Amino acid sequence: MRRLPVSLVIGGAITALLLGAALLSRVWTPADPTAMNVLNRLKGPGEAGLLGADQIGRDVFSIVMAGAWTSLGVALTATILGGAVGTLLGVTAAARGGTVERVLMAANGVLFSFPPILSAILLGALMGPGALTSITAIGVFMVPVFARISRAAAMQIWARDFVQAARMAGKGQALITVQHVIPNIQAQIIVQLAIQTGLGILSEAGLSFLGMGVAPPTPSWGRMLADAQTYISGAPHLVLAPGLAIAIAVLGLNLLGDGLRDLTDPRRRQAS
Amino acid sequence: MAEILRVENLSRDFQLGQGHVRALDDVSLSLEQGRILGVVGESGSGKSTLAKLVMALDRPTAGRVVIDGQDLFALPPRALRQARRHFQMVFQDPYGSLDPRHAVGRIVAEPLHLDPAAPKGAARRDLVAGLLEDVGLAAADADRFPHEFSGGQRQRIAIARALITKPRLLVADEATSALDLTVQKQILELILRLRDEHGISVLFITHNIGVVDEICDEVAVMQDGRLVETGPARQVLDHPRQDYTRRLLAAEPMLNVIGRRNRAPV
Repeated sequence: MRRLPVSLVIGGAITALLLGAALLSRVWTPADPTAMNVLNRLKGPGEAGLLGADQIGRDVFSIVMAGAWTSLGVALTATILGGAVGTLLGVTAAARGGTVERVLMAANGVLFSFPPILSAILLGALMGPGALTSITAIGVFMVPVFARISRAAAMQIWARDFVQAARMAGKGQALITVQHVIPNIQAQIIVQLAIQTGLGILSEAGLSFLGMGVAPPTPSWGRMLADAQTYISGAPHLVLAPGLAIAIAVLGLNLLGDGLRDLTDPRRRQAS
Repeated sequence: MAEILRVENLSRDFQLGQGHVRALDDVSLSLEQGRILGVVGESGSGKSTLAKLVMALDRPTAGRVVIDGQDLFALPPRALRQARRHFQMVFQDPYGSLDPRHAVGRIVAEPLHLDPAAPKGAARRDLVAGLLEDVGLAAADADRFPHEFSGGQRQRIAIARALITKPRLLVADEATSALDLTVQKQILELILRLRDEHGISVLFITHNIGVVDEICDEVAVMQDGRLVETGPARQVLDHPRQDYTRRLLAAEPMLNVIGRRNRAPV
């Protein structure tokens, strides 16, 4: 058994912790994240609960835990949906080539050039705020990223002789894509899924901060930041808790992505 | 002798910027059953373009490829698919021609996709096992993956794949060039044996004249997309009529290692 990349171990541990906290928050949190206790108002870490209490006396640690579920849920759903659509577009463009490829990639470029915050606000205005708006806005933003990566990776596979051999076996573009192209590019897609989920968490927090995210009282890291703005000098723990949560989550997913990339790098694989 | 392959006035142009390059220029040749025809020439002489066209992986600018009486480019797609089982190919690079994600058994069985009546399940496994043994591997190798094999073994896997539909024509595009000399010799012997046992015709594309001398009955010499000389291998190698052929022969450094010994001075 060869040594795993350090980034994979650390990133995997952080991601597991994040996922664990998110899942645990569905059944247990130290206190009810929506229960107000005015007596604990703005109390610091240790004085009331592990991370203190917010401006209406809710337990910050519990909100952070429950916020992990929101963040991860929205980010992961958006990334998987956007990733699936983008990959489908990318491998189709690579398989068809010619006009189909040019049209798909041009549409992709248009999508890519839209500032995501702007399109999210537009979507929010059309659909109203909520988890679905966040997922749609973030997911749409993910599509071109995956389309580009999967097209570039798929084109390399199409140039390989085993694809010619599959053509010799009478297989068409769709079958070759399913049987040969996707299995050979899946590692790159999975790496990107991890990294984009990190970006998704950041985007979800941004949208919640702007009031386009999940509706209150559903806990969310972005809205915690927005709410804490006015108390930043008196109760810095209200900003630090969600801020650190976001930073650690994004760091963990990025490390996980980098680690997976190292692990699946063909040069590394051949050396082992 | 029955004619398996006939190439008639085949040309292929490639777009290059504003103009175009003629990679293949009015090439005609013919191959009979059970014969091995070597196509030799330098890099860029159009050998691989010819191979791709004969395998109907590309379409010609002009000309015909007739395999077993069927004009490949006049066939409707369905019929072309059906015809494909009669001609298969072995590629140059045994590291690129096998999908690293597929087990050997699946790789070898892939061309059976062409045959709706192909055996399934246990019968298919037996067929693959038999072929693997036929090319000098073990039946149990079907469950292993390409990275577990050496270059020579991979090329044997590729040959097994090319043979599974019992083709009448095998095109080998530089099939031994990526292998070291002793392995090269083993693969050449394998191709000769398969020809003798199954009566397959082989179009053997190579830049190595020593290889031609080792296994080919006939030889076609290509230069800049044109056929410059054709004839029985012995005759062309011993008494080349063209300057270009003479130069190719003189440039061949490894004749005493593989292939021809005691070559008459040119």
